[in-house]
Amino acid sequence: MTDSSVLSGRVGDILADHRGVEGALLPVLHAVQAEFGHVPQDVVPVLAEGLGLTRAEVHGVISFYHDFREAPAGRHVLRLCRAEACQAMGADRLAEVAQERLGLDWHETSADGAVTLEPVFCLGLCACAPAAQVDGRLVGRLDEARLNALLAEVRA
Amino acid sequence: MKAYVPADAAARACGADAVVAALQAEAARRGVTLTLVRNGSRGMVWLEPLVEVETAEGRIGFGPMTAVEVAQVFDGGPLALGRVDDLPWMKAQTRLTFARCGVIDPLSVADYRALGGFAGLRRALQMTVEERLVEVTDSGLRGRGGAGFPTGIKWRTVAGAKADRKYIVCNADEGDSGTFADRMIMEGDPLSLIEGMTIAGVTVGATKGFVYLRSEYPDAIAVMTRAVQVARGAGMLGASVLGSGQAFDIEIRVGAGAYVCGEETSLLNSLEGKRGVVRAKPPLPALEGFMGKPTVVNNVISLATIPVIFERGAAAYAAHGIGRSRGTIPLQIAGNVARGGLFEAAFGMSLREIVDDLAGGTATGRPVKAVQVGGPLGAYFPREKFDVPFGYEEYAGQGGLIGHAGIVVFDDTADMLAQARFAFEFCAVESCGKCTPCRIGAVRGVETVDRIARGDADAIPLLTDLCDTMKAGSLCALGGFTPYPVMSALTHFPGDFARAKEAAE
Repeated sequence: MTDSSVLSGRVGDILADHRGVEGALLPVLHAVQAEFGHVPQDVVPVLAEGLGLTRAEVHGVISFYHDFREAPAGRHVLRLCRAEACQAMGADRLAEVAQERLGLDWHETSADGAVTLEPVFCLGLCACAPAAQVDGRLVGRLDEARLNALLAEVRA
Repeated sequence: MKAYVPADAAARACGADAVVAALQAEAARRGVTLTLVRNGSRGMVWLEPLVEVETAEGRIGFGPMTAVEVAQVFDGGPLALGRVDDLPWMKAQTRLTFARCGVIDPLSVADYRALGGFAGLRRALQMTVEERLVEVTDSGLRGRGGAGFPTGIKWRTVAGAKADRKYIVCNADEGDSGTFADRMIMEGDPLSLIEGMTIAGVTVGATKGFVYLRSEYPDAIAVMTRAVQVARGAGMLGASVLGSGQAFDIEIRVGAGAYVCGEETSLLNSLEGKRGVVRAKPPLPALEGFMGKPTVVNNVISLATIPVIFERGAAAYAAHGIGRSRGTIPLQIAGNVARGGLFEAAFGMSLREIVDDLAGGTATGRPVKAVQVGGPLGAYFPREKFDVPFGYEEYAGQGGLIGHAGIVVFDDTADMLAQARFAFEFCAVESCGKCTPCRIGAVRGVETVDRIARGDADAIPLLTDLCDTMKAGSLCALGGFTPYPVMSALTHFPGDFARAKEAAE
């Protein structure tokens, strides 16, 4: 756990960096998540105070968007595209393989903290489908062999 | 040797970075001095990574390149494609919006200027505001995000509004599956988008622009962020745009994984730091948009097309197309196709030409069963409808929409009942929750499709009824258009909905 005074100090810096930004909450939340790997519950009152919002409003925004995590992800995040263009190239089958090999359902993290499995709806790689993203890296033309290589990589 | 290897996300996802490393190593081994440019994509995604080498005869292509085959770039071989400009895919296009994409270094002002960059903005600055509005209106340009609203009318509304501040918002929340035109232009020719937004800004009297860019596009975010700095350095953005005395600047904003934020009012709420909930219209964003101020909300492609309209003139642009669909449209051919990619053409092509000729049929070699046009909210077309010309009204007349011109091909293994179920499932996940037909209807839709899947044919009229309700009663296109894929699947592929009753029932 992050010490609360350290946490509010860092969040204070982030808020200071975004002073004058119009409608700053989303950029602030992205910065918080980049800093902590998730949006800790403890920052909600700090952000509310700093941005002149209610805690309910801040919570409402965090919970609305798929990107913001309430808990840290695994060391690796494997995202598999589930949208139509990838479906047309067998993405559903690859998703089943990944779920089975990792023993994870969508949004779950492995017990050893190695990997979080997430669905994503379109990475814009629709002409080289199926597509995946491992941490920051994009992967196109996914097939079972390439998927197995990715699974080995994220489980290591 | 001067070589080009795209830094486009699709090229990188297919191994472009490894190709670059191998190419550099091979050049060093041979003692060849290599000048490497990371360009955007030409749009021939099946050939990515496409390496190009500059020669006296023009740029020679090699692809799809792999790290272990880079010797062919020096020695020739089966991956050599000849002059890229002579490839049928390139020659058959009318590249206006994408003229520079894949050709230039995306962040080079000199490259941009050499191929017509700044010419549109310069001409616009010599015109009066009224002349600029007439130019956009006369070009016939309509919203390329899919709504098809005339861009000139939107701009005129904002230009005429009285306010202390106005904004230009670029909708770069390209969430539709099968679409990647916004991503490609932002990664391959970002200055054209900035130039288009600047022309919009000086025309309607806005001094600030936002690009609302989805978080699923990390490469586009990086390139656009750098491009804004480059544009400031070149005087295109800043306190006095190209010395005109008019101020305009741009900020890049990153979305947070909500599909509905591609809807303009939801996007505006998100930009304001709120939940991406849809707003009722009126008031129109043109009059009360970002922070309640008059705002132009345009799609990436609409804005990135503005410079070429001003460069070549409205009449030259409007000379292309059919009916009320003027100019060109970047078709994005995706899914199960032998040749996928981006093809910019005048409106009017048929799916037959696009799917059979350009795309070369399916990647799996099986027959084409259905083509979904316009993203997750677009209709599935069976082969019988492949002659419909590509245009806004022409598709609307067939119970479909062109949307953002994404074309996703499915082979005969596709289960259209499963696709209909997915449309509802997606709508349920992505609904902002504001209106009941969408929020509840999507969930009931999944349940109703599941009843049909269990062999309960009585649920079919219920499904039709539910679709009518969602179409008529939803606040925005998410709930309102989800019936398109569902009803087209049901209407054109009834066999997939005629399931045998389960033994237990």
